[in-house]
Amino acid sequence: MNANKILKRASEEIKDGQVINLGIGLPTMLIEHLSEELDVFIHSENGILGSWKKASREQANPSLIDAGGAYVTNRIGSSFFDSAVSFAIIRRGKLDLSVLGAFEVDEQGNLANWKIPGRFSPGIGGAMELAQKTNNVVVLCSHNDKHGNPKILKNCKLPITASHCVTRIITDKAVMDVTNEGLVLREISEETTLEKLLSLTEANLIIPESIGYF
Amino acid sequence: MNKQQNLQQVISQIPSGASIMVSGFGSPGTPFTLIDELLNQGQKNLTLIKNDANESSVGIGKLIENGQVAKLITTHIGLNKTAIEMMNQNAIEVEFYPQGILAEKIRIAGSGCFGFLTDIGLDTEITDESQLIDWQGKKLKIESALNADYALIHANQSDMYGNLIYSATAINFSPLMAMAADNVIVETPDIVAAGRLKPESIHTPSVFVTSVVKLDILSTDYEIMERHFER
Repeated sequence: MNANKILKRASEEIKDGQVINLGIGLPTMLIEHLSEELDVFIHSENGILGSWKKASREQANPSLIDAGGAYVTNRIGSSFFDSAVSFAIIRRGKLDLSVLGAFEVDEQGNLANWKIPGRFSPGIGGAMELAQKTNNVVVLCSHNDKHGNPKILKNCKLPITASHCVTRIITDKAVMDVTNEGLVLREISEETTLEKLLSLTEANLIIPESIGYF
Repeated sequence: MNKQQNLQQVISQIPSGASIMVSGFGSPGTPFTLIDELLNQGQKNLTLIKNDANESSVGIGKLIENGQVAKLITTHIGLNKTAIEMMNQNAIEVEFYPQGILAEKIRIAGSGCFGFLTDIGLDTEITDESQLIDWQGKKLKIESALNADYALIHANQSDMYGNLIYSATAINFSPLMAMAADNVIVETPDIVAAGRLKPESIHTPSVFVTSVVKLDILSTDYEIMERHFER
C-alpha cells in the first residue's frame, strides 16, 4: 500500500474551521501532513481538543498522549477534559469530520473496522461512536488487502462498526463517494487504469462522465 | 478530615473478589503505585474496570498476568498482547463497551442514577433484542449504570482533604470513577498545604475521596517511554 499517496490525497479533505477526529493508525499519520497555518482543532478521544503533531523527546509530557498512545503537542486554544465530556463532543455531533481506517467498506457506506472474528478482537474503543455520530466520515484504507482481496465490497462480511456512516473512501487507487444511488468514482490514481481498478473492486462503481486524477 | 493514609494499610482494606475501577488511559492517570501494592498483597478474583489493559507487564497488565483478575470491563486492550492471549484462552473474562458508553455508565452511576438510553451500536452485534425499548417513537438501547466497590486513582495534586487536580490527558476516567465507587483511594506525588488549591480549579471535590496516599517516589512507569523516540 502506498500510504503516502493516501495521506497526501486525504490532507486535501482538511479545511479551515473544522473540528476533526483522526482514527488510530493511518488516519493519525495525517496530522504530520498538515500545514501549521491550518485553522483546525484535532479531537482525541482520551480528552484533548487541539491535539497536534508528535512531540520531540524534549517536548514530550508524560501526561500528554493521543488516543493511539503517542506523545503529542497541543495547539494554542486547546482544552483537556474527562472521557464523558470527550464522548459528549462526539455523540452531540460536534465533530465536522472523522477520518477512520477500515477492514471493509461497502456500497451502502457500512463500515467494518473493529473486529475480525477469531483473529482480531481488541475491543471497540471509540470506533462505533465516531462512525455513527460524525456527519462526515472519510475512510482511508488500501484498496485491497495483502492477499489482493477487495476491501470495497457490495456488502461488508465482517461485523460492522456502524451502518450507513461513510461519506467518502480514499484508497491508494481511487476516491469514491457514498451516495443514495450507490458508490460514485470521483478520482482515480494516475498509476492505474479504470479497467484495472474495476477488477480490484467488488462493489459496483458508478462512473461519471468526468473523473479526476490523483 | 485529613485523609492521608499509609499505602500498605489502605490497600489491605481491599478484599479478594472486590470490584475496582482503575483510572488511566494508557499510562497517563494510571495509579501504578497502588496497583503494585495490590500485586504485592495478592488479592484475587478481582473485577477490574479500566479503559484499557495498559501494556504487557505494565500497570494492571501485572495483575492480569499474576492471575489476580477474574474479569475485566474495558473498551480496548490492543496494546496488551498478553491480555488478548489470556482472553482468547478464557483465562480472563473480558467485557467490552464502546469507550464513551463505558464512561457514561460510570458517570451515571456516579450521579446516583441507574441507567440511560442510547442509540450507539444499535445496528451491530453488541446489541441484543433484550436491551431495546421503544421510547418516544424511537428504538433505543438501555445501558445500566456501573458502580464499583473501589476506585484507584492517580491525581497530579491533592490537599489533605482529598480535593484533586489532574494533569492534561491524565484526567480521562478519574473524575467519573471517583464519583462512582464506594471507596476512593488516590495516589499523588504532591499533597499541598490546606488552602493552596484554588477552589474553582478542583476537578474532584473532596467529598468523593476516601483516602490519599502520598507518593515519595513517582513510579518509573511514569517516565517518558524512550521507545517512542527510537527510529
